[in-house]
Amino acid sequence: MTSGDHHTDATIARRVRRLETLLEEKGLITGERLDEAIDAFLAESSPANGARVVARAWTDDAYRARLLADGTAAVRELGYMEGSFQRLRVVENTASRHNVVVCTLCSCYPLRLLGPSPSWYKSEAYRSRVVREPREVLREFGLELPPGTDITVWDSSAETRYLVLPRRPEGTEGLGEEELAALVTRNALIGTAAL
Amino acid sequence: MARINDVGGTQGFGAIDTTDDTEPFHADWEARVVGLYNTLRAQGIFNTNEFRDAIESMPPGEYLAASYYERWFTAICALLERKGVLEPGALDD
Repeated sequence: MTSGDHHTDATIARRVRRLETLLEEKGLITGERLDEAIDAFLAESSPANGARVVARAWTDDAYRARLLADGTAAVRELGYMEGSFQRLRVVENTASRHNVVVCTLCSCYPLRLLGPSPSWYKSEAYRSRVVREPREVLREFGLELPPGTDITVWDSSAETRYLVLPRRPEGTEGLGEEELAALVTRNALIGTAAL
Repeated sequence: MARINDVGGTQGFGAIDTTDDTEPFHADWEARVVGLYNTLRAQGIFNTNEFRDAIESMPPGEYLAASYYERWFTAICALLERKGVLEPGALDD
């Protein structure tokens, strides 16, 4: 499953280069356009964006209400997901409910708010198991939830992406928005960690 | 019938490697594949749904043996062949 096999890796790398050359000869691509496309994929996509959304929700109750009512519109207020056809639904963790996100069919993910996804998110092991035994899976991530906490698993689709609004850590009353954002981890935004 | 990518609830895939990898790509070719995907899609050579379908149509054994971006590359090649852009076998040694 990993790309750690050097022989296989070299074979695929050679085939990819060959395809690039063929498509360049046909005038369909240029190396520069490919570089630009890669940069565009990575640019402006980061878990820092999702963290900023969360910190705003923690410090502004009206924003939090808008975020939970219509995630797409609320993150657009902060300049994210402009022009995207996808819908964002934000799900809130509480004392009695924990949320966790998966894409069982493949790898749908709010790229702009979380950056490129970690390998485990795309793995068959995570995708198959988290919907069947979420409590056990969260334990493997080091998150032990009290038996009384309900777990809701959200299965992403091409049209709808999910973001978890984690609980604000205790003792952070005096912190500003930027300091709060720095506490938010990628896994907390997916739901495989708490803060 | 469900296709091989529809793994939700299936048992037997084992433990999850929970390593928090922050590198978007693990080899240069993976980045090039993403670049190819975005460039070709932007030109209308194929669309997102065709691409998704091409990944999900992979034979189960091949799908499970392939890494994530290897599936992308396989799907891109399949679509280019279907559209007459690429001759079958054109990338072979």
